[in-house]
Amino acid sequence: MKVTFPHMGNLWICLDAMLQYLGIETVVPPPSSKKTLNLGSKHSPEFACMPLKLNLGNFMEASERGADTIVMAGGCGPCRFGYYAQVEHIILEDLGYKYSLVVMEPPEKHISELLSRIRYITGNKPWMEVIRGIKFGYRKARAVDRLEMAAMRKRPLEKRAGQTDTALTEALSIIAGSAYGKLDDAIARASEIMDQIPVDRKPVLKIGLVGEIYTLLEPFANLDIERKLGRLGVEVDRSIYLSEWVNDHLFMGLIKGLRSSSLYIKSSAPYMRHFVGGHGQETLGAAVYYNKKGYDGIIQVLPFTCMPEIVAQSILPGFSRDTGMPVMTLIVDEQTGESGYLTRLEAFVDLLAEKGARKEELA
Amino acid sequence: MIGFIGLDVGSVSTNIVFLDDEGKVRESVYLRTNGRPIPAVQKGLRQISRLVPLRTVIRGVGATGSGRHLAGIIAGADVIKNEITSHATASSRLVPGVRTVLEIGGQDSKIIVLRDGIVADFAMNTVCAAGTGSFLDQQAARLNVKIEDFGGLSLKASSPVRIAGRCAVFAESDMIHKQQMGYDLPDILAGLCEALVRNYLNNVGKGKDISGPVVFQGGVAANLGMRSAFERALNKEIIVPPNYDVMGAVGAAMLARDYVSRGAPTGFKGFGAAETDFHAGSFECDGCPNCCEVVELSENGAVIARWGDRCGKWSNNVSREKIS
Repeated sequence: MKVTFPHMGNLWICLDAMLQYLGIETVVPPPSSKKTLNLGSKHSPEFACMPLKLNLGNFMEASERGADTIVMAGGCGPCRFGYYAQVEHIILEDLGYKYSLVVMEPPEKHISELLSRIRYITGNKPWMEVIRGIKFGYRKARAVDRLEMAAMRKRPLEKRAGQTDTALTEALSIIAGSAYGKLDDAIARASEIMDQIPVDRKPVLKIGLVGEIYTLLEPFANLDIERKLGRLGVEVDRSIYLSEWVNDHLFMGLIKGLRSSSLYIKSSAPYMRHFVGGHGQETLGAAVYYNKKGYDGIIQVLPFTCMPEIVAQSILPGFSRDTGMPVMTLIVDEQTGESGYLTRLEAFVDLLAEKGARKEELA
Repeated sequence: MIGFIGLDVGSVSTNIVFLDDEGKVRESVYLRTNGRPIPAVQKGLRQISRLVPLRTVIRGVGATGSGRHLAGIIAGADVIKNEITSHATASSRLVPGVRTVLEIGGQDSKIIVLRDGIVADFAMNTVCAAGTGSFLDQQAARLNVKIEDFGGLSLKASSPVRIAGRCAVFAESDMIHKQQMGYDLPDILAGLCEALVRNYLNNVGKGKDISGPVVFQGGVAANLGMRSAFERALNKEIIVPPNYDVMGAVGAAMLARDYVSRGAPTGFKGFGAAETDFHAGSFECDGCPNCCEVVELSENGAVIARWGDRCGKWSNNVSREKIS
């Protein structure tokens, strides 16, 4: 059995660690690229969103490297994603690929449901081992998130353009390559690399990224928005991090002390009191949260045709009117032309900077 | 005398303006980009150099538009600015008190909401190009009407026909259908304008607070039919400023003027840049799986700028791209 999984940012580091610890052979697909998108969109329904097309492309490329089993997340609720694992599997079968499929779905009642799906892959490994493997993967996810957060803080301040990203790449590869038992040491080394980036002291603008999880986490999908904003002198935070999402949705909040989507659900109340699928409600809640935290602006990112985010998008102008918080929505699809995208980002940053300058004048 | 130059290199047109010391627009040149921005910028520089009064010192240059980085490097611009900020700057200074800017160009359209002279909100068309100048161009060609006559003719309409404006493809087939039914040409043209305005307001203007004074600029503002369709749809007076078609370039020149007024020397390479041999090429970097397409610009054989790489390995090697 050679197991593969779709890309979503640095998710692969955590999945790869977990599976390899359990002695399962893995095939990490090549990073999502134009080739992945071309392969995926050629065989996907035209009206599906970009995540489905990229998932499919990932699986096709992984198959070239010998993968035969897919581990894929599922979901519930009105977002189509809950059905993507099955749809993708059928498309792959029609194309003649021989894949077996394991869907990791958020447990409906109890964490044991998740464990039994993991059992399918792990075979007769003792439970303690399985749990240790999951914990190992989770700790890597947490470490990766911390590194990404550090990069988002450092980018606007770096003395030389690109230094943060060079450091981040190195730090991530240390985490990715570290074996069980050596992780603490790897985390220490990786964070030291991030600490050593030379930075200037200067005021920065702060933007909160909200929206759909896949497009937030996958730099290929969001055209590297964190990096672009960082280079424009903006400190970025995003409403969803992998480890927080895993804790919320797969561990059902087992680990305490992490920022959780329940916080967003609570704060979304003035604008949306219902689950609308996907992360629609979290998007509004996170907008309210960033406003309270004193951020300068909010950018919503979503894949074209994403229903839950469209619902949120239509309510965001009302939030913006009430609070005076500037909000911009970016819809991503198959386009890879970056100049129009960069124009919008630059203009939004200009807007925030001018607004900030005006506030200071009046104060 | 001293003056300032603004360059706006868009997908369809390349505009160059010359501003005098007081920031007044003195000369402007409007060219077709024809997909070749480097020759367009050079041609424009050559043309404006003939219009600028003798013994003028250019104290600052600003570049904007989708080709702003290329243009900025060729001319040695002091400020390289996105189109939205440039357009907003120009209209807020030329039309004091403006609260909404409607801008429709060749390939894109935008709305800018200003409050107290600063940008409060904006939007650009995303996935669809139905509400832009190129669409009007195409339909005019199909109807055998010169684009210059389009607006005047459409004003003769007695009852504009209804054309589906949600999608350019649907609009076109709908329009052909109406033609075959025998509707009058002015009525069809007016219907097209209304469809375009509807599309613009529903897409780009969605959720925006459109209050007056409203300024309409960009190449499409030349179209009288579009002006009156906006007036009817918004029930507001629409102001079309004198340099409506080169406002981006005007804004860029104004921003350059602001920038050098703080004492910075200009980086302008002189009008000789029009005669220099610039060459742009590209290659795919094989340093990592990202496979970035790196663009390389050389001047007289020497590389002066690179961009397109995600990690900065190539662009840092030359000079840091100026984004100010």
